[in-house]
Amino acid sequence: MRPDRLRLLAALALASFLILPLLPLAIWSFAHGWRFPDLLPQVWSLKAWSYALGPRSGVLQSLGVTTGIALATTILAALVGIPAGRALGQYRFRGKGLVTLLLLAPAFLPGIAVVFGLHGIFLRLGLVGTVPGVILAHLIPVLPYMVLVMAAVFSRLDPDFEAQARCLGATAWQTFRNVTLPAILPGLMTAALFAFLVSWSQYLLTLAIGGGRVQTLPLLLFGFSSAGRNDITGAIALLYILPGLLVILLTARQITGRGAALAIGLRP
Amino acid sequence: MPDLAAKGPELTDRTRLALLLAPALLLLGGLFLAGLGLTLLRSFRYMPALGLTEPDLAAYVAILTTPDFLKSLALSLWIAGASTILAASLAIGAALLLRQTFPGRAVVSFLVQLNLTVPHIVGAIGILYLVSQSGSFARLAHAAGLIATPAEFPVLTHDPYAIGIILLYVWKELPFITLILLANLQTLGEDHEAVARSLGASRWQAFRHVLLPMILPGLAASSALVFAFAFGAYEVPLVLGQHAPKALPVLAWQAWTDTDLATRPEAMAMAIVIAVVGLALLALVARGLIAGDRDAP
Repeated sequence: MRPDRLRLLAALALASFLILPLLPLAIWSFAHGWRFPDLLPQVWSLKAWSYALGPRSGVLQSLGVTTGIALATTILAALVGIPAGRALGQYRFRGKGLVTLLLLAPAFLPGIAVVFGLHGIFLRLGLVGTVPGVILAHLIPVLPYMVLVMAAVFSRLDPDFEAQARCLGATAWQTFRNVTLPAILPGLMTAALFAFLVSWSQYLLTLAIGGGRVQTLPLLLFGFSSAGRNDITGAIALLYILPGLLVILLTARQITGRGAALAIGLRP
Repeated sequence: MPDLAAKGPELTDRTRLALLLAPALLLLGGLFLAGLGLTLLRSFRYMPALGLTEPDLAAYVAILTTPDFLKSLALSLWIAGASTILAASLAIGAALLLRQTFPGRAVVSFLVQLNLTVPHIVGAIGILYLVSQSGSFARLAHAAGLIATPAEFPVLTHDPYAIGIILLYVWKELPFITLILLANLQTLGEDHEAVARSLGASRWQAFRHVLLPMILPGLAASSALVFAFAFGAYEVPLVLGQHAPKALPVLAWQAWTDTDLATRPEAMAMAIVIAVVGLALLALVARGLIAGDRDAP
């Protein structure tokens, strides 16, 4: 076989592999009963969607909770992560390796390694079963990611511009507002979009710290899935991957170019 | 790079650095280290509230002497090992493919990126609907006349070899490693292999001796992350795993939520075992970081 033919075949195999697991979810969401051995549902219907988007399923409420938690986590992570990213991106100092390690560790350790202990602490602080508790827990995987991406952004920022602004009489705030922020904004936006997705995808931390009282979409999804409601599960699953799709459409060109740090955050 | 801007008129570099880093370190320390620390203390059965003030190793002895734990540990190591090797090898191929131009390349690379954003639990349920005994593949097999009833289709989910789980991780982590490798390749430029080829190296030699050593750091780091994740993730074996032996994180969760409070320290000990595996992998990746740090003034 000619090399370009082989290449096309490999590309086709890769594309099919990537899309296949999402297909049954999409089909189920429009199926009205879909029994073995039917290849496709005999009756199509919008029932699952109208139930999922209706008031009784709790999906819309859950969508609101999940979005709110992810937004709050992202904003907190940005507020704390921008300065830390600046320190790591623009300075060399003794102990930098150690600091980077501490910031990387939560990306390497699965949530289950810390969540039992965290639950004990949050229990004492009255944070178990609360939205603020879940937001704080989500910071564990989200913050390292934000710091690492911002460090990469700051390392490409030329500090001379800021020095010149200061020499010309700008205050520290004016320098940040008019010089630094515009320069880091594109990187910050991408980091924020992906930080949002990291929080959006959390399962275990929400389950343990939310204590069943904070019902985010993945918890609801698993509930319907284990109850055997494949049609509603399919509809919720499609809703749940929508933000990721939007983020990719928004950032498509940056991802391959921006280096490894971006992708690393999407572990948990 | 202690530069001009860093030496502001009001603050020394040290103070400035401390101020910049303090919020992140305090927050992560307060959440991550405290969570890990308390898990560790409780794994030693140190719980003053319950009158346990003498730390001991009883929980570790208990889990290490139960076959359940050892079977779960072996299962999780198998899941993580097999997933990582498969995903990494396929990702090398995918990265080399996506570096070239061919019709439809934009679509494939869009799918690779999209997949990165799909939460694991969605992928797990998708795999379940795809390869379970009444799933889409079983229906195709029926249509092709290969099977008559769902029971004749091979058991690929909730199975002893964790095939469904491994399939999910390969599906989910292949794009992750691929993107890391592509980023890596992009910074390297294109010409190294061409030079090797023009000097008479075969395709394989150019890959083995020129390209592979260059992408190895990125490959190793991303593979370590994948291993740590596949070893410690809870929701994937929750959806796709068999009842017994359970994957280690599911076993730990079960021990933690057991109505018998006596099993709590055992859950903590299992969490520590998972943490140790993660930290060991981090240590492997971190050697480069520490070595880089020594050059700092």
